[in-house]
Amino acid sequence: MKYTLHIWRQESPSAKGDFVSYIVDDISPDSSFLEMMDLLNEQLIAKGEDPVTFDSDCREGICGSCSMVIDGRAHGPGHGCTTCEVRMRSFRDGDHIYIEPFRSAAFPLIKDLMVDRSAFDRIIESGGYVTVHSGPKPEPNSLPIPHAVAEHAMDAAECIGCGACVAACPNGAAMLFTSAKISHLGLLPQGEPEHDTRVVGMVHQMEQEGFGACTNHAECQDACPKGISISFISRMNRAFAKATLREPDQRRGTMSNQ
Amino acid sequence: MIELNPRIPDGAIEDKWEKHLEHIKLVGPNNRRKYDIIVVGTGLAGASAASSLASQGYNVNCFCYQDTPRRAHSIAAQGGINAAKNYRDDGDTVYRLFYDTQKGGDFRSREANVYRLAQLSRNIIDQAVAQGVPFAREYGGMLANRSFGGVLVSRTFYCRGQTGQQLLLGAYQSMQRCVYDGTLTMHSRTELQDIVVIDGRARGIIVRDLVTGEIRSHTADAVVLATGGYVNVYFHSTNAINSNATAIWRAHRRGAGFGNPCMVQIHPTCIPNSGNFQCKLTLMSESLRNDGRVWVPRKKGDDRDPRDIPEEDRYYYLEERYPSFGNLVPRDVASRNAKIVCDDGFSVLGDAGRAVYLDFRDALEREGRQVISERYGNLFAMYNDITADDPYQTPFRIYPAPHYSMGGLWVDYNLMTNIPGLYAIGEANFSDHGANRLGASSMMQCLADGYFILPQTIGDYLHDIFQDKIPEDHPAFAEHRAHVQERIDHLMGIQGTRSPMSLHEELGQVMWEHCGMARTGEGLKKAISHIESLKETFRKDLLIPGTAAGPNQALERAGRVADFLELADLMCHDALHRDESCGCHFREEHQTDDGEVVRNDEKFGNVSIWEWKGEDQPHELTEEPLEFKALPLMTRSYK
Ligand SMILES: Cc1cc2nc3c(=O)[nH]c(=O)nc-3n(C[C@H](O)[C@H](O)[C@H](O)COP(=O)(O)OP(=O)(O)OC[C@H]3O[C@@H](n4cnc5c(N)ncnc54)[C@H](O)[C@@H]3O)c2cc1C
Ligand code: FES
Repeated sequence: MKYTLHIWRQESPSAKGDFVSYIVDDISPDSSFLEMMDLLNEQLIAKGEDPVTFDSDCREGICGSCSMVIDGRAHGPGHGCTTCEVRMRSFRDGDHIYIEPFRSAAFPLIKDLMVDRSAFDRIIESGGYVTVHSGPKPEPNSLPIPHAVAEHAMDAAECIGCGACVAACPNGAAMLFTSAKISHLGLLPQGEPEHDTRVVGMVHQMEQEGFGACTNHAECQDACPKGISISFISRMNRAFAKATLREPDQRRGTMSNQ
Repeated sequence: MIELNPRIPDGAIEDKWEKHLEHIKLVGPNNRRKYDIIVVGTGLAGASAASSLASQGYNVNCFCYQDTPRRAHSIAAQGGINAAKNYRDDGDTVYRLFYDTQKGGDFRSREANVYRLAQLSRNIIDQAVAQGVPFAREYGGMLANRSFGGVLVSRTFYCRGQTGQQLLLGAYQSMQRCVYDGTLTMHSRTELQDIVVIDGRARGIIVRDLVTGEIRSHTADAVVLATGGYVNVYFHSTNAINSNATAIWRAHRRGAGFGNPCMVQIHPTCIPNSGNFQCKLTLMSESLRNDGRVWVPRKKGDDRDPRDIPEEDRYYYLEERYPSFGNLVPRDVASRNAKIVCDDGFSVLGDAGRAVYLDFRDALEREGRQVISERYGNLFAMYNDITADDPYQTPFRIYPAPHYSMGGLWVDYNLMTNIPGLYAIGEANFSDHGANRLGASSMMQCLADGYFILPQTIGDYLHDIFQDKIPEDHPAFAEHRAHVQERIDHLMGIQGTRSPMSLHEELGQVMWEHCGMARTGEGLKKAISHIESLKETFRKDLLIPGTAAGPNQALERAGRVADFLELADLMCHDALHRDESCGCHFREEHQTDDGEVVRNDEKFGNVSIWEWKGEDQPHELTEEPLEFKALPLMTRSYK
């Protein structure tokens, strides 16, 4: 199969970027999108041109590295899949395909399709953990966790931190990411002791990083490769309201949409 | 010859670790902040070690090549993690886990380490639960288990098909807490290029910033390598595409012994190579073998739809050949048998490729779609996405692929390499899996190393070097930086015609053919000479466009391929030297009439440790003899 690719090329954060068109031919419909990109890069290298820079590692939808906006959609045409999981059979022979980086004020561009998502690390740093040292711990079965609770926590914990939610959101909000981590830990008894400081700290950091506010477009849920539900956002909003009531001295964060 | 002291404590195997802890030297809480420790790698091993050390108060600098520590390759581990909890009351004990691992490894691992691993396995689950890892629970709220290949008990803990992800996030979150506390500094998008050894001790590292291209050095009192495995030497593997051997290979070139390089695991249940260009192969978790049945048609060239092939025309070769373990034989056995039936012409892809069926028909009938989809739903969906086939309707087609390296840097009981101050943990070391690793035991080893072993043993070394700092401007650092810069300039300067990836792909083919699932003396010699000529091509004809002064992924790949080329050569030499079959290392010259491995314990009941002797010089071999006291040698049988 043959495709015309229009790819965002930008040498550095300060350089001016633009779409550059390339033609790739002889692509198998079974190829993954990134294998197609690899082949394009092989072509470019053979001509001595600079290959397209993009992030990827696991190539199976779990590490969250890959991050392309394809034809205007974060992670492209598939539903519930990452860029690396998209197969070329989702396109028709002869298609024009537009490829851009995940764009957001909080994800500065590094080069071509590669962006800096370290804001997510800083959100986790602000409370997305349970404080435990390494060493002997209580027998876990002494604290039963109902099946449904564990499954619900797992629904939230599945987040791969790719940032598609941010890229898809018209406001560039990071609510789905942040709420998934808050809910994962908040649903489990182990996360209870630090719950309030976690919620306040993470929400506050999210705002500091320059992510936008949530105005209930739900584009994030739609783009999320793991199908994380926006119900976690309402859960977070409630948790935040309670936490700030209970801990007035921690009332640093304000949730813009309240 | 390398001086090797495995430092295995005396005493009964059950007591060694406790006794060792009683006698080990420690660093007091107030002094820990005066020590700088470098941890390279943020997979399960690196993240657990970095967070444990930083929580203890050491000053930790941690490195990974991804944009965030949470994306390390460990994130992809699917099936689960073992622990001898005996929650199912099915006869599991620490000894049985030790027994299974030692036997599964075909008696090529260090008994004392394996026993300690089995002991610590139980603490790992407790630790992870306390961090908020959402393990699967039964309806009564207790932790759930499944079983994996090579064992007769249910001891595997899991989080759907994303156990590695959840365990890694647990460790990553602990790291982020340490970042918040100021005891840990994270350097993402940074690649290790060299290790600095001064007066025989590891004193720091040289790295390249993958965003700016800058070459930097970092000093430390101890350096921990947790950089994962090296099966990407085969190009096609189940590993993340950037997984590499650079860190351990650079350490090896600086004097660290390399243990059992030829021991690599070929995983039986992967999606077969499609024949088109592919950058990697996808693993289908081994847990599928719990309910799926492996078969090929009894008649060669039977190209009927598998659903129309009646029972009597199906050859369930694992169940027939290994009645007691059946589909749950260890990986090496399952892989080799898949190869044998395909070699014999029974591939279900006919001439188009190599594959066998993994069939859920009976399980779906027995358990119903609901139950099967709860257990394996994401794997079924993944297979469907990749192949466009629906495994609820037709059997999976699977074939083995390179997956895990049992070999790695040699370490002593404290997990220190033969270079004082340089440690290797997780898949990067040679330690606990001998000639074959059992399922769900890598994560167990990574986390035992990182949470419970290294944080306690590192004090034994640090204690002695208190206040003995190396200044940042020590000339060795400038020399090493210059050396790294020269190497990069050289690679950039070749300007030939071959892309790093094309050379990598060619290397992979050679290794897969001659140093893969079956090896012969003759084939290995061929591979060695092919690798030699490939190295030459690399030196003369490599092409990297762009500059080194910014992100350059072709340059990154080239550096990795350069190291793979040298490692591949050593792997073949090691495989040639080890003139026996054991576990995954199958030398065709040494097999029984029905194709089982034949070990030579007298000659090879040891670990081969290779020492780098300089550019284009042959490696030198040292052997660490192995003891088999707690579990006497026996012939593995899964019949
Ligand atoms: C698909 C798949 C499924 C698996 N399933 C299971 C399972 O169910 N159970 C099980 O027990 N095991 C499983 N394994 C095996 C297990 O996942 C790995 O062996 C284990 O995760 C390795 O962890 P690690 O910490 O040693 O290294 P890795 O997780 O590989 O991490 C390596 C780290 O080192 C860094 N690094 C590497 N090179 C450099 C460099 N030069 N400079 C700087 N940083 C560097 C990387 O950035 C990364 O952070 C699976 C493996 C695969 C591929
Ligand atoms: S490369 Fe890992 S999710 Fe796409």
